[in-house]
Amino acid sequence: MDKIVENYFNLQVMVEAFPTVLGGFGLTVLVSILVIILGIGVGLGFAVLHCMNSRALSAAIVVYVDLFRTLPQLVVIIFVYFGLPYAGLALSPFATTVVALALVLSAFATEIFHSAIRAVPRGQWEASEALGFTYFRALFLIVLPQAIRLAIPLLTNRAIAISKGTALGTAVALPETLGQAQSVMAIVANPSPLTLAAAFYLTFFIPLVIASRWVERKFSPRSR
Amino acid sequence: MDIFLENFFNIDSLIQIYPLLVQGLELTLLLAIVTLPLAVLCGLLIAILYSFHIRWLNILLLIYVDVLRSFPVIVLLVLIFYGLPFLGLKLGSFAAVVMAITVNNSGYYGEILRAGVESVPKGQREAAHALGFGPIRTVVYIILPQAIRNVLAPLASNSLELVKTTSIAALVALPELLRSARVAQEQTYNPTPLTAAALIFFVLLWPFARWVAKLERRTMIVR
Repeated sequence: MDKIVENYFNLQVMVEAFPTVLGGFGLTVLVSILVIILGIGVGLGFAVLHCMNSRALSAAIVVYVDLFRTLPQLVVIIFVYFGLPYAGLALSPFATTVVALALVLSAFATEIFHSAIRAVPRGQWEASEALGFTYFRALFLIVLPQAIRLAIPLLTNRAIAISKGTALGTAVALPETLGQAQSVMAIVANPSPLTLAAAFYLTFFIPLVIASRWVERKFSPRSR
Repeated sequence: MDIFLENFFNIDSLIQIYPLLVQGLELTLLLAIVTLPLAVLCGLLIAILYSFHIRWLNILLLIYVDVLRSFPVIVLLVLIFYGLPFLGLKLGSFAAVVMAITVNNSGYYGEILRAGVESVPKGQREAAHALGFGPIRTVVYIILPQAIRNVLAPLASNSLELVKTTSIAALVALPELLRSARVAQEQTYNPTPLTAAALIFFVLLWPFARWVAKLERRTMIVR
């Protein structure tokens, strides 16, 4: 028992590690927010473009979506960081993590928004047309608001899952929570900083996880 | 264009590193085959325990599930691989990866299957009881088949994510597909192995990803 406390809950070590890990945590939050904004923004944009009845455009979007929905996040991160420099595009660890995870989230978001737009009953389109709405006004004023509501449960879950991928940034030496904790751990030869990092992740994600359960219940088409 | 092809689709480099990639692919498949059933079983256990509606137990189960869903799986892996040895428990990289992914996904599967079991109307359990089914036979024959059908989409989606997650093994130097590709890239000074690994992942998982997307689309139909 003493050994557990000394190794994993060593207060002295934790106090020492706190500022470093906190700095990493700030970066984790920043990367997560950027990924969510970029991923969902691009996803919504692509989903709308996908509805434009342009075959070439839709085909390109489908390829994009399938590619980034299928590849593991870490594979995308490693490819961007270690592969793209050969094409003359060298990104920093920060930019790599944000871009790679945003690519993945945007693919999922495109798919989710597009399915949601298609899931809105046809009658809504027909009613808008009968009321004299143009295609774009019907899409933006009538269909999208309903589609977004349908998309929320899947989107929340996916956004949380991909934000957790920020910890993968440690693979390209991004000094986020996990990376910082590991570097302190290496110096003090004690894994308590890891416990601290775990606590940070818990405080950040547990409210989101609980909120997602609530969102799922509230927005699910099956709940009545 | 030639430079692009030479860098990312270099045939010579591919021939040279081909055995490494095959080895990596084998390990990736092995990881998936070992981890997937373990994680599903753990999740199933959680869902079944939850379905007995014992108050204190359910609170504990919900805490377990939510805590695990809040951890990036790689944090768990680092804790197990680099943290546990301080207690004298030194796991090999394969065992550490299997354990991290299993524990992490037991939370996901637990939550999904729990929601599935809860979605089965109470009358089903009562009817089974009235027909003389014992508690275990009720769960296995009446509740689970309906529960799994109701949550097939998230179940399939999570299984796909699990297989993708095996790539984190690269971070503890386990030579699965991604790690092998990195090693090969450093040997050949050429990113073709990375392209090849990405393509292998894509070809392997793409049919499954399409199927998952189709299932998810169905969950959005307004009824």
